Amino acid sequence: MMNEIEYTNLAAINGPLVFIDRVRNVGFGELVEIRSGSGQLRLGQVVEIDEERAVVQVFEGTSGLPLEGIKTVFLGKCLEMPVSREMLGRVFDGIGRPVDGAPQVTSDIMMDVNGLPINPYSREYPRDFIQTGISAIDGMNTLIRGQKLPIFSGSGMPHNMIAAQIARQAAILTAEEEFTVVFAAMGVKFDVANFFIESFEKSGALGNSAIFLSLADAPSIERLITPRSALTLAEYLAFTEGMHVLVILTDMSNYCESLRELSSSRGEIPSRKGYPGYLYSDLASIYERAGRIKGKQGSITQIPILTMPSDDISHPIPDLTGYITEGQIVLERELFNKSIYPPIAGLPSLSRLMKDGIGEGRTRKDHAGVAAQLFACYARVKRIRALASIVGEEELTALDREYLKFGSLFEMEYLSQGPDENRTIETTLDIGWRVLSTLPAEELYRISREDIQKYYIPSAGAESHGAD
Amino acid sequence: MDDLIHGLVTSVNGPIVRARGLTGVSMLDIAEVGPDRLIGEVIKLDGDVAIIQVYEDNTGLKPGDEVLSSGRPLSVLLGPGLISNIYDGIQRPLVDIANILGSYIKKGVKVSPLDTTRKWLFRPTVKPGDRIDPGAIIGEIEETGSVLHRVMAPPDVSGTLDWIAAEGSYTIEEDIYRVKGSADYSGKLSSYWPVRKKRPFKNRKKSGIPLITGQRIIDTFFPIAKGGTAVIPGGFGTGKTMTQHALAKWCDADIIIHIGCGERGNEMTDVLNEFPKLIDPRSGRPLMERTVMIANTSNMPVPAREVSIYTGITIAEYYRDMGYHVAVMADSTSRWAEALRELSSRLGDMPAEEGFPSYLATRLAEFYERAGYIETLAGMEGSITTIGAVSPPGGDFSEPVTQHTTRFVRCFWALDKVLADARHYPSISWIDSYTEYIDEVRSWWNDLDSSWYGTRNDAMHILLEDNRLQQIVKLVGPDALPVAEQLILFSAEMIKNGFLQQNSFDPKDMHCSPDKQLMLLKLFVDFYHEAKRLIASGIDLKRITSLSAASEIIRLKSEIDNSEIDRINTHEQEMKSQLSALGAEAAKKTVAAAGGTDGTP
Repeated sequence: MMNEIEYTNLAAINGPLVFIDRVRNVGFGELVEIRSGSGQLRLGQVVEIDEERAVVQVFEGTSGLPLEGIKTVFLGKCLEMPVSREMLGRVFDGIGRPVDGAPQVTSDIMMDVNGLPINPYSREYPRDFIQTGISAIDGMNTLIRGQKLPIFSGSGMPHNMIAAQIARQAAILTAEEEFTVVFAAMGVKFDVANFFIESFEKSGALGNSAIFLSLADAPSIERLITPRSALTLAEYLAFTEGMHVLVILTDMSNYCESLRELSSSRGEIPSRKGYPGYLYSDLASIYERAGRIKGKQGSITQIPILTMPSDDISHPIPDLTGYITEGQIVLERELFNKSIYPPIAGLPSLSRLMKDGIGEGRTRKDHAGVAAQLFACYARVKRIRALASIVGEEELTALDREYLKFGSLFEMEYLSQGPDENRTIETTLDIGWRVLSTLPAEELYRISREDIQKYYIPSAGAESHGAD
Repeated sequence: MDDLIHGLVTSVNGPIVRARGLTGVSMLDIAEVGPDRLIGEVIKLDGDVAIIQVYEDNTGLKPGDEVLSSGRPLSVLLGPGLISNIYDGIQRPLVDIANILGSYIKKGVKVSPLDTTRKWLFRPTVKPGDRIDPGAIIGEIEETGSVLHRVMAPPDVSGTLDWIAAEGSYTIEEDIYRVKGSADYSGKLSSYWPVRKKRPFKNRKKSGIPLITGQRIIDTFFPIAKGGTAVIPGGFGTGKTMTQHALAKWCDADIIIHIGCGERGNEMTDVLNEFPKLIDPRSGRPLMERTVMIANTSNMPVPAREVSIYTGITIAEYYRDMGYHVAVMADSTSRWAEALRELSSRLGDMPAEEGFPSYLATRLAEFYERAGYIETLAGMEGSITTIGAVSPPGGDFSEPVTQHTTRFVRCFWALDKVLADARHYPSISWIDSYTEYIDEVRSWWNDLDSSWYGTRNDAMHILLEDNRLQQIVKLVGPDALPVAEQLILFSAEMIKNGFLQQNSFDPKDMHCSPDKQLMLLKLFVDFYHEAKRLIASGIDLKRITSLSAASEIIRLKSEIDNSEIDRINTHEQEMKSQLSALGAEAAKKTVAAAGGTDGTP
């Protein structure tokens, strides 16, 4: 299978791409070994091929690479990675090579890092509730096992803390079933990666996680492989070993920038903001690797993190991500500035799989109604606040003032919680009722009468009426 | 065996492959590429070089690999067994692929789109000696409990029926009839049709019949006629897919073609789980028995995504030609346009707006023009209603795909981010949406109830006034408005919560019959008119808005089932008696006041 011919010298180098002339019997997407005179070995992949020339993208980047004295070998296979259970507790670079000083992983099982599309017919629709212990997520944007739910953040906001908290607290609930975390860092600083490693260490989850690091100082092109390496291992653990895998990918914005870099050095026609036209399909090839498969025990739940440039949710990266993922957790600057943790925005956050994972027998019968009502009331609070900022609070109707009171209670008691506070879903729903009960019962039109009778706390309303 | 044309691969750039030596091959012919014989289509010819777009993952393909072409265009196989099936973009059956390959889709798999071993009970409806015109119906098969499959002669065959098989069970590959004409033709239960070519019909007709969707905001305010076209544009999270699913579930078409084009895998799984369990209120059979699904999810090969909508609409035309009303849901045409963009950019085409090729508008027009209400070749009436979702980047409707689409569709259901944020679903905006079908469907509704048009317009008026007043409210607050205008705000809120908002998970609310729609809407409009009179006679607005009937009627949508709408009358009586009690009080006051003035001088 291996193509024995060794080619000397490169025809040209452009950014992360090298061009090799007069190649024979080379396939599209094939893996390439590039050895420079000093003996340094780099890996690359054929991205375009014709009868004369192969275009190869070099994962480690091309810096320090001359045209002369280079030996290239085409390996006749795609980028593959050995996978095994032994990889848990280890740290790897973006292409899956160990960087923790311990020896190379050996395994009989090699998997193509690009993966294969899951047949939609073979998917199992995800419906198992994951309790993260965070009210804003459990109560209003429920995470489901097998879901892909990104965190849309902005620079400086505590997205890493939230992701780490989810990883910690979700782990506890699934103690009887095998649960593991695969963490991939793309282009983030060492301290960010270190924060996660320490947090896993503290909770004792480190021995049970695999970490893929392609830090800010690693070649930008390596980042394109990093999430795929991580997901390849995740797929093995989930669908061969039957584990429930939580994959955290941070920061997808850096990934997209690397893709843009590669695209522009290939001279492709850009679409929005210079990103290539296939950004959507490329992101989908990562995000769609979450899910469950019929007849298999495990699952892959993805939490990609991305920082929105200047908090702009319409920027191509969050925009295209939102079209692929099953919802999004959006962090809001305004809440963050009010020192509310976690600053999860009430309205733009969404979990698309929530509808089938909650309710009687899964969480609690009133869950859907309470969530819908909280959304509706909070939307009204936002409207009233806008009005109050113009006419002043005194000009508001009595009911509107009650809504404002509801709004601040919602933010302070429901959204707000400690970074180590782990609330059960019952606690979350009960807080929801306490907050909603500040409003008159007639206002709760999204909740069934039956549930209002059962859970509504009349005194809370009276209290607030009295204080008026 | 060798009527195949042979060629050699010269270059590979993603899914675009160049090949030399394919002499005699035509544009849009199928080419099988490389040792795995991957399916591709010739999309450009330049001298000796053919440019082929490959519909499967072509990793490992090398210059020098063989290319074969049969000289036939890319086609779909039409016949019994399409219904309830799920296909990828080039009509490969995903269920069979899963049975052969397991959970992942690998390349190079060849499976017939229709089961070739299954026997169908065929009943001929013509006899030897009968004249066979193009598209004539020659027999019937019960394809599913809901669909009677009419076996048709192909549109290019005519002559005299020479022989037809007796009533009995046949596979799709057996000969079942022979036509003698200018050229002799032997027909089977199945036939091929090129995906990019529209199937012929006798002539287009004006429809006049609404496609009843069971969604109140659509049927009442922005209806679509059978054979019409509509677009649902909306940013992410505004509920495009939810709206499409609701329409696919409850609209009164005979056949649903659901095209998942570049969307999420789990959404297709959701449909696959749900549709076999849901019962069509009209036929009493599972919804899956009238549905064909095309699933080319976002992570499946991009070129196949481009073909998927043609595969879907060709199947739709096939059932239309049997005299059925077909609804095509394409989710999302933006992903289809992006596939076009990606391929055209690899071909080095000159880009137009935002990198999209300049032929985007033409392609969109061609697609939507395949919808319509028609008379089939066999003289029956059939229709295709096409509803396309659009995913504009950043929710900005001024982008090319939305803009070009609006030129070719007559119904615009704009999804609104603010409504979606407040979890008001369906989040179709009553301000930005429009329909051009009102006049066409008016007489149908008129036959149901002559007050429909007036009631609808009154309600629309309240909503539009509310929208105007909200601008003022934002500046001065609602209390600063005159009482009559405050009543408009209140009434609009009632309509929004009690009528427009519809819960697709509530069994009583998910699907609303036209009668229930009209009765509910009348309640709100009557309430408004009555309240307006009371205010004019001096009744305090607070007293009207705090009537128990006001909050009762908002809940009726989810408390009264389609089958028990008579109960709405009871609530109407109650509402009217509460209002007239206030009215009587007002009258008393006036009399007292009049008495007072009489007495003073």
